[in-house]
Amino acid sequence: MSPQSRISLQQACNQALDEAMAADESVILLGEDIGDREGGGTFKVTSGLSTKYGTSRVRTTPISEQAIVGSAVGAAIAGLRPVAEIMLMNFVTVAMDQLVNHAAKLRFMSGGQTHVPLTVRTATGAGGGFGGQHSDMLEAWLAHVPGLTVVVPSSPAEAKGLLLSCVFDDDPCVFVENNQMYWDKGPAPEPGLRIPLRKAHVARAGTDVSVITYGRPVGQVLALAEQLAGDGISVEVVDLRTVSPLDSRTVLESVAKTRRAVIVHEAVGQFGVGAEVSARIGEELGGELHSPVIRVTSANTPVPFSPTLEKAYLYQIGDVETAIRKVAS
Amino acid sequence: MTDEAGLLGIYRTAVRINRADEKLRGLLTSGELAVSYYSPRGQEVVAAGMMSRLRAEDYLVTTYRGIHDQIAKGIPLEPLFAELFGRVDGTCKGKGGPMHVTQPETGVMVTTGVVGSGLPIAVGLGLAAQVRGQDRVTVVCFGDGASNIGAFHEALNMAALWRLPVVFLCQNNRYAESTRYSDGTTVERIAQRAASYGIPGVTVDGNNAGEMAEAASQAVARARAGEGPTLLEAMTYRFMGHYFGDAGAYMDADEFVAAQAADPVPALRKELLRAGISTEEELTALENEEQAAVDSAAAFAKASALPGVDELRRDVYREEVVA
Repeated sequence: MSPQSRISLQQACNQALDEAMAADESVILLGEDIGDREGGGTFKVTSGLSTKYGTSRVRTTPISEQAIVGSAVGAAIAGLRPVAEIMLMNFVTVAMDQLVNHAAKLRFMSGGQTHVPLTVRTATGAGGGFGGQHSDMLEAWLAHVPGLTVVVPSSPAEAKGLLLSCVFDDDPCVFVENNQMYWDKGPAPEPGLRIPLRKAHVARAGTDVSVITYGRPVGQVLALAEQLAGDGISVEVVDLRTVSPLDSRTVLESVAKTRRAVIVHEAVGQFGVGAEVSARIGEELGGELHSPVIRVTSANTPVPFSPTLEKAYLYQIGDVETAIRKVAS
Repeated sequence: MTDEAGLLGIYRTAVRINRADEKLRGLLTSGELAVSYYSPRGQEVVAAGMMSRLRAEDYLVTTYRGIHDQIAKGIPLEPLFAELFGRVDGTCKGKGGPMHVTQPETGVMVTTGVVGSGLPIAVGLGLAAQVRGQDRVTVVCFGDGASNIGAFHEALNMAALWRLPVVFLCQNNRYAESTRYSDGTTVERIAQRAASYGIPGVTVDGNNAGEMAEAASQAVARARAGEGPTLLEAMTYRFMGHYFGDAGAYMDADEFVAAQAADPVPALRKELLRAGISTEEELTALENEEQAAVDSAAAFAKASALPGVDELRRDVYREEVVA
């Protein structure tokens, strides 16, 4: 595949898994409906892989989230690199014991004797009319747990590079795929490209305002930044890539330069990633800011069903523009 | 049947567990040790019998009431005691404590403080062995109470579906924390639940060393041969309540007296003498050796240093946590 070609986020994740399985036979996949006989996954991210690598390494599981994540933890401490698919992020709540009490802590509690090279892939996102139990961004739940690495990619190329890094990382990673972005295409990365974990990325350099974001809003914020450049506002866009552990240094270096920060995420605002980022900015740079930090997030409500409500629930890119203009003024 | 050397080996392990537990309770009573402790007293022979059928490389997953399982699987007493004391020479550098004892070199992969959580992890250990074509067996220990949590059912179903080399050892000590078996469970035997997954379910007198070892042998052989999991229910009894200091007011007094009269460790001793496997002198010597090892381990643990605070930021991730 030439670097100039374009791929969707769904294809990017499929290619990352394919490359990982080809490179290392300790990589196995577990999840509901992931085999080709079952359709290659609800979002077809694992399409073709059971045919290519066999049903010993690509295992369709029963609907058993505790056992999917728990068995992946066990296989990981035995030295495999399991990638567990939890169909939707709301179902991760069913497996929280295994993630929070076991995956995140076994390295620490064993004094480093065991570790958990596990990746949990999960899909979510509002805007598809799936209602309150199939759409939540719950990354803050996981980001609160030391030992977990929580990654939210912002484009197909980012997804491929970050997912490969998750699979080959020696600690448990949760990789959040926004299912509203699955079919959007972007430039394909070089084959084998891995993007470092736990490191944020300055996606666009600027001098007036730092927008710190991750996941779906990144592309929208980059487009907005281009538009605002025409109005003489220079926006720096920091894509966190890894939500936790948070790369404070990159965030603080950006804000130390611009002295103005807007934080944007799809998850609800209360007790969210934006609150943590804002606190770190306040603690380190509070006295140097030209303007208070503004968060633009989705509403503090469940995700509603009716399209008018769902649209109102989601973070508004117009609010991001207003926030940038406000802090820049 | 279990041969003479097998029974004597089980007795030695049971004595080691028994003396270690007695020592730890003494240290708790004297205040020299201050930890949450869940005594396995009364369940010694279950663990000794089960683990006597395993190889060193076989895996074990157990729970907070687990030192009998850990000792029987082969963790040496010195690092085990040091871990309970939170010392740097502990199995986990003092970072796990009594509820999270781990030692991969003896196959002790996880000790969990969450009831029932070990079962799915054991499924994964079995899965890894199967994917790699190894004949390694995983044993997961849990109590009767754990069979009422959802993870039990998910794990047994998945292990049965994939014919994984896992022995699910339910140590039925009749109480789920303070709740009697019959107040939390409607089936007469936990082993009956195996029928739901199409796997063998076997109930055995876990306090009878010969019966326990024989049932363990069959379950391990089945797993090692790739024929799939077994739900093995070992009937036993918990002499010291749920936690150290538990007065056990909820326990049935007659049942308690009867269980103590049938104490499995002296019962096995009597059997070794009756069958002419050992002499009184041999057993006394064995018991003295184990007592000395326990005393030495306690002294080792007490003399071991506490970990430095720099350990706090290590082992959270592969790279040390900076802030």
